[in-house]
Amino acid sequence: MRYLPLSENDRRDMLSTIGVEAVNDLFCDVPKEALLKAPVDLPEHAGEMDVERYFNALGNLNTAAGHVPFFVGAGAYKHHVPATVDHLIQRGEFLTAYTPYQPEISQGTLQVLFEFQTQVAQLTGMDVANASLYDGSTGTGEAILMANRVTRKKKAIMSGNLHPHYRDVVDTLTRFTDDDVRSLPSTGADSAADLAALEASIDGETSCVVVQNPNVFGELLDLRPLAEKAHENGALLVVVVTEVVSLGAVMSPGEMGADIVVCEGQSIGNGLNFGGPYLGLFATRQKFVRQLPGRICGETADADGKRGYVLTLSTREQHIRREKATSNICTNSGLCALAFSIHLTLLGEAGLRKLARLNHERTLKLRGALEGIPGVKVLNKSFFNELAIELPKASEDVVNALAQKNILAGVPASRLYNNAYTNILLVAATEVVTDGDIQAFVTALEGELS
Amino acid sequence: MMNRQGRPTGIEGVADSASVTTFTGNAGLDMDEALIYEIGDTQRSGVDLPDVDISADALGGLARAGEIGLAGLSEPETMRHYTRLSRKNYAIDMGVYPLGSCTMKHNPRLNEKVARIAGLSDVHPLQPISTVQGSLKVMDDLAHWLKTLTNMPAVALTPKAGAHGELCGLMAMRAALEAKGNAREKVLVPESAHGTNPATAALCGYKVQAIPANDKGRVDLDAFKAALDDTVAAVMITNPNTCGLFESELKGLADAVHDVGGYLYCDGANFNAIVGKVRPGDLGVDAMHINLHKTFSTPHGGGGPGAGPVVFSKALMPFMPVPDLYSDDNGLNLKEHVNEGDTNFGRMTAFHGQMGMYLRALSYMMSHGSDGLARVAEDSVLSANYVLASLKDVMSASFDGPCMHEALFDDRFLKDTGVTTLDFAKGMIDEGYHPMTMYFPLVVNGAMLIEPTESESKAALDQFIGTMRFLTAKAKEGDVERFQGAPYHAPMRRLDETAAARKPILRWTPAAD
Repeated sequence: MRYLPLSENDRRDMLSTIGVEAVNDLFCDVPKEALLKAPVDLPEHAGEMDVERYFNALGNLNTAAGHVPFFVGAGAYKHHVPATVDHLIQRGEFLTAYTPYQPEISQGTLQVLFEFQTQVAQLTGMDVANASLYDGSTGTGEAILMANRVTRKKKAIMSGNLHPHYRDVVDTLTRFTDDDVRSLPSTGADSAADLAALEASIDGETSCVVVQNPNVFGELLDLRPLAEKAHENGALLVVVVTEVVSLGAVMSPGEMGADIVVCEGQSIGNGLNFGGPYLGLFATRQKFVRQLPGRICGETADADGKRGYVLTLSTREQHIRREKATSNICTNSGLCALAFSIHLTLLGEAGLRKLARLNHERTLKLRGALEGIPGVKVLNKSFFNELAIELPKASEDVVNALAQKNILAGVPASRLYNNAYTNILLVAATEVVTDGDIQAFVTALEGELS
Repeated sequence: MMNRQGRPTGIEGVADSASVTTFTGNAGLDMDEALIYEIGDTQRSGVDLPDVDISADALGGLARAGEIGLAGLSEPETMRHYTRLSRKNYAIDMGVYPLGSCTMKHNPRLNEKVARIAGLSDVHPLQPISTVQGSLKVMDDLAHWLKTLTNMPAVALTPKAGAHGELCGLMAMRAALEAKGNAREKVLVPESAHGTNPATAALCGYKVQAIPANDKGRVDLDAFKAALDDTVAAVMITNPNTCGLFESELKGLADAVHDVGGYLYCDGANFNAIVGKVRPGDLGVDAMHINLHKTFSTPHGGGGPGAGPVVFSKALMPFMPVPDLYSDDNGLNLKEHVNEGDTNFGRMTAFHGQMGMYLRALSYMMSHGSDGLARVAEDSVLSANYVLASLKDVMSASFDGPCMHEALFDDRFLKDTGVTTLDFAKGMIDEGYHPMTMYFPLVVNGAMLIEPTESESKAALDQFIGTMRFLTAKAKEGDVERFQGAPYHAPMRRLDETAAARKPILRWTPAAD
């Protein structure tokens, strides 16, 4: 077995040092009837070639995003990731290190986290960020728990146009706590109605309002009036961003008055990977630092006075506080955060601005093309790189028909809203979309609708 | 070829290393590296993108004005920055990483290659089901391996890490109890448990009652039985436990919990010791998470991403979260919503979990096969016992008898030396080792938990043992300075964590002009 270095002789010598006859003597605390007499019923070991062959065959059963015109978004986005990113994250020193609990021999990871936290704070327009969470959806749940701690209130209100899967994750996370989390009904593409309903829902008992920008229908929201209303009532504004590239073009949540910002960071540095691993970005105001969930890296000095970095504020965490911790989270999404940070360093501010503009330009172009199709209605007043369009028939049928023609047309809103909004289709266009892709999509859609 | 004529090749007269300070602050290959904000600026970039003109945007008057402040670097500068930083990390690729309860085993690169096959990595979670049959087959196969290895009938793949898996398991238990009409009040957790256990129980709305260990480092069955009544929702047990010992009484405990109508949660963090040898389903377990980043070699990545699928007993199957995989006439499909009348407790994450980790773990499992996985357990247990047997005359082993895959020592052997567990650990850094887990579990004083894993050769183990014996001798000889000032040879000396927490500096800020 190629991964196991001990030889039969080694094993014999080691058993002899230990003073037992056979390796099973070391399993003497296992009840006899529970120790398996024969291998479990699974295939025997396989060489590299066989394993690769198996996975290649399975890969061929999928349609890869990069092989077809691709317009799927709704919380995960296909962007180009520079070759440098994947090369660097595969350096063994990053890939095969543990959590940096021994800072003297973990400065690589720690300095990256310090830079990452700075990047996230800048991007979101906030003061501070943590070292990442599992993903945007679980991060949203953590944001609500944090808002409830900060305000010592229990009633959180979620927008009906927050990604439905995110709402489900929050409902699940808070199902058995004494937090009172409410979801407003979705107003569909009418985002003004959603904002009005959110404002109307705020009272003195409210801990926070949670709103996504751009929302799940791709609409951009001016959240400043909502922030004002929340703050008047001693509530926090939690802003969720599922397409983080938008922050290169759109006013940041911090500038709009957000108190906690959660983003799905996948768009920068990380591939689609069928939904994971992704990374949650989590940022807040300086004054709430000690209520942050998850790991945090901070600057300090070593015994020679040299600047260095450590994990800090760990008295919030489960390994110290146990049942009184701010969260049960033990890990972050370190390698995904590294990929994010490297990609954002390669982009820099100038590159991110260009990338965001390019995404918006592609989507403007897509909108123009879609508006020319009889029966298709673009529902957005504003958008970044995703649109909600209404079709004259069920969008799921259209998506399936176009998939047969090797075009991945988008996400039927009914898939997210469990059969509501049957005719609405969410379509995203990032920098990877070419004019040819748009033309192919439009032609196929026209054919399907005619 | 270098011309050696007339060039001195010996080292006569070469000065002592400590006395020389350098202009750069570097020490040869040990290089200082500034922050990206000190190297780059907002105008520099390492990507070439077209500069597109937009005549009329559709941002609704919400365009971002003003500078964000993000620093950019060119591609060569980026490569150098991160390469230099990487060299300040210790890693399993560099040496023994005996971090108890973390299972720092070899991370095969075949796994990385497999996870990057375009047909499997470049796939969106919300593509039409007909276009993702390969990915669903990966999930189905992984589920089959996990269910077979544990002899459990069902698995929820989506939890993103071990603690997330605990939450998933305990939520299913609470949902099952509520369905029977009484959620109950408390969860029993041994003192030796990971901190995530009590934190998870609290998130499920339960009070936590800690149960002390017995003097053999195991759960005290009598203490548990005394605490068991119809207010107990669940018992959470780690097996093998955090002292590195098998919980011999687990089946009896499972029966006792079931007798009062509660459930047994098993923390599978230490599954590596028994994979292919013992099936938790045979011991009465109702739910157990499996850390794919421990037992099944997915890389720790400097702190995640992990993956924590949870296997379930028949009793809990109806309460598992969505999405859930099933087969129909068109192949594999996903149930993505909890409909009226369904008993699924909810959804753990936005999409389908850590697919990238599923691929790596399955690649690892297939490479080992049923025969190789049992060998993994055997070699990991053999190596830990070899370390225990080779050190117990000079260090203080906390408990008698063989251990499982990790050997627990406490600080009695350092008594009156002036050297603490922390100092001893930092001394190991100077010898080129990552320290073992320290001060955990909490049930012994100054714990040192050593988990060599199956990935070490005998020569590597012997050198590690030799080093530990040397350090032990030095501590006992009174060479306190070696430890209290350690590390001397790492990229950094000991860091002031107290100062970091007192006045947190959590980001770079531009210097005030």
